Amino acid sequence: MSGTDRKKHLGSLALIAPLLVFIAVFFLWPLATMMSQAVSDTAVLKLLPQTAAASRGWDPETPPTAEMKAALAADLQAVDDRQALGDMTRRLNSAQAGFRTLMSRTTRALRSEQVPDLGEIDERWDDPRYWQAIVGALSPTTDRYLLAAVDLERDVSGEIVAMPETASANRAIMLRTFWVAALVTVACLAIGFPYAMLIASTDGWKRQVLLAAVLLPLWTSLLVRTAAWFIILQDNGLINTILVGLGLTGGPVPLIFNRTGVVIAMTHVLLPFMVLPIYSVLVSIPDNLMRAAASLGAHPMRAFLRVLLPLSLRGIASGSLLVFMTAIGYYITPALIGGAGDQMISSVIAFYATGSANWGMAGALGIVLLIVTILLYAIYGRLSSAEERRG
Amino acid sequence: MRLKTKTWLCIGALAAATGLAGVPAGARDLTVVSWGGTYQDAQRDIYFKPFSEKLGKPVLDEAWNGGYGVLQAKVKAGAPNWDVVQVEAEELELGCGDGLFEPIDWDKLGGEDKFLDSAVNECGVGAIVWSTAIAYDADKLADGPQSWADFWDTAKFPGKRSLRKGPKYTLEFALLADGVSAEELYDVLSTPEGVDRAFAKLEEIRDDIVWWEAGAQPLQFLASGEVVMASAYNGRITGINRSEGRNFKVVWPGSIYAVDSWVILKDAENKDAGMDFIAFASEPENQKKLPEFVAYGLPNKEAAGMVSEEYEADLPTTEKNLEGAISLDVDFWIDNSEALTERFNAWLAQ
Repeated sequence: MSGTDRKKHLGSLALIAPLLVFIAVFFLWPLATMMSQAVSDTAVLKLLPQTAAASRGWDPETPPTAEMKAALAADLQAVDDRQALGDMTRRLNSAQAGFRTLMSRTTRALRSEQVPDLGEIDERWDDPRYWQAIVGALSPTTDRYLLAAVDLERDVSGEIVAMPETASANRAIMLRTFWVAALVTVACLAIGFPYAMLIASTDGWKRQVLLAAVLLPLWTSLLVRTAAWFIILQDNGLINTILVGLGLTGGPVPLIFNRTGVVIAMTHVLLPFMVLPIYSVLVSIPDNLMRAAASLGAHPMRAFLRVLLPLSLRGIASGSLLVFMTAIGYYITPALIGGAGDQMISSVIAFYATGSANWGMAGALGIVLLIVTILLYAIYGRLSSAEERRG
Repeated sequence: MRLKTKTWLCIGALAAATGLAGVPAGARDLTVVSWGGTYQDAQRDIYFKPFSEKLGKPVLDEAWNGGYGVLQAKVKAGAPNWDVVQVEAEELELGCGDGLFEPIDWDKLGGEDKFLDSAVNECGVGAIVWSTAIAYDADKLADGPQSWADFWDTAKFPGKRSLRKGPKYTLEFALLADGVSAEELYDVLSTPEGVDRAFAKLEEIRDDIVWWEAGAQPLQFLASGEVVMASAYNGRITGINRSEGRNFKVVWPGSIYAVDSWVILKDAENKDAGMDFIAFASEPENQKKLPEFVAYGLPNKEAAGMVSEEYEADLPTTEKNLEGAISLDVDFWIDNSEALTERFNAWLAQ
């Protein structure tokens, strides 16, 4: 590389430096933190080193030994960081419900001069299940969150088993999320493609009006649009009043608190992300190609299928990808318009992140979602590069 | 060469600007966080504005929707941007145990015995006593439901019902509907069989329930006729009757009440002013005004005695309304909230 080249190279690197710094600080670093939250498990080990030593070799089926109880009491008395104690308690309570009150009662009792046997403070300390939870939390890394994200867990002997059906439904909710996103993508495509063709075929003020009709909703708050759909779709809302008024249906059609409502509202909200990429590809296709096809005797349908559709595939692919990826993360619309069976995975993640402060679980669900999304993106990449080679 | 120097200068300036943006520009004003809506409007009139005048400085107020993770994130990040927050009983217990809150200076408040027992905590001072109860529109249902058993009776009261999405309250109400007495309620719910029994009872009306998440929703559903009855916060029910001339009734027997408390976040910048604010909001002269705006009970006993009869009739703390009402078991929920929410979500998804 010559000196001038290197200089140019450095110059361009300097120009994109802000971008790189931004991505590293606001994207890569939080992502890495989130991923490490999902596998790191030091909250208990950090505070209970003596208990960890004393419980080595303990048979999880038997009651705890006196040494283990004494070690735990000593460990707890040595803790002076309340927030760390809180982290440990949350981790343990998440594995075995009951640790919250057990820990606060125990730490309070341990503050007195006379340290009684733990079993006297609370009989739960004689129950092996609570000790299994502690022993299960003593390795610095864990796969329990990742397993739980797909409804799996380890039993007492360490084998991976399926969770009871009543305990967790992440897999079902995840599948539903992709299914709803797919439905919305198809609906957006069915409406968005003809609309994009319509815009591309007009010009002047007509095109401006049609484009504005797509863009204006995009500039309105998501919450406002969702609330508007709520008003339109409800039992005595606009649509049902008209249907019943015209005598088309006997009673109101259920359009809200079900999948239909969610798909309608999400399709409306996401439609611009389908129309705009397709439109931008369609306007770049010369008009005379369709005319040439017609002059060579192709039926309009055939001309569309053999000429226009293949040329606009890239717009369709990027529009579908945009809509699908955005739809996966939807939260407000299913919560307001959907019923109990339309909850999507983001609301579960939100529960763990803001509701129960279980960031390990939130991170693990995020990772699963991220992996699936990356896989889908890879498939898209393969398809579009194959398309390019063919073209 | 000149160009290059300029570029680097630009980048340097940018980096400096980014660095500077991270440093707070001067002291932040006292920030109080509550639950929004008409409730917070009332608080602004009777607490925030008068206290700001007394302090001679602005008082900022923000709204939140609860969630322990929010508080934890703010405190753990250091230098939280909130000072005083109104929290629910579980958040108070959890946060106090985890060291997220500053201890309360009870001397500033005139001593612990001036307050209801349930409003006294080492990290929090009761702000209101509020209740979750059945609400129905008496204009549409002349002979409305009287109990949770009626709520479950879809033959007698056809139509959809609305409950808060989540296991808290829902499981309690299901057991009450199944004939469990108020005294035994949490004993039954503490057993695995009790939880199974609650979910089995919920299953009976699974298809008739519309789930709500924000406090205003059940009243919208009732007003639009989407549902025939709903669980709702008592203050909102009385509020909509007063503001929109509705005739919604509160069914007090079987309602569950809890205390919301003021807390100060650990190491908050304005923790001293925050403590003064809490003392101000707890003074009987100030607190007694609240029921005129929102029908929530008052934790300061002296203030509660000063409320006029007209407003007293709607409060959860009124003796007549306490008959058959149940106090939320905070310990049960801090232990079981996560496990039962997972189970509840799984049940919903089936």
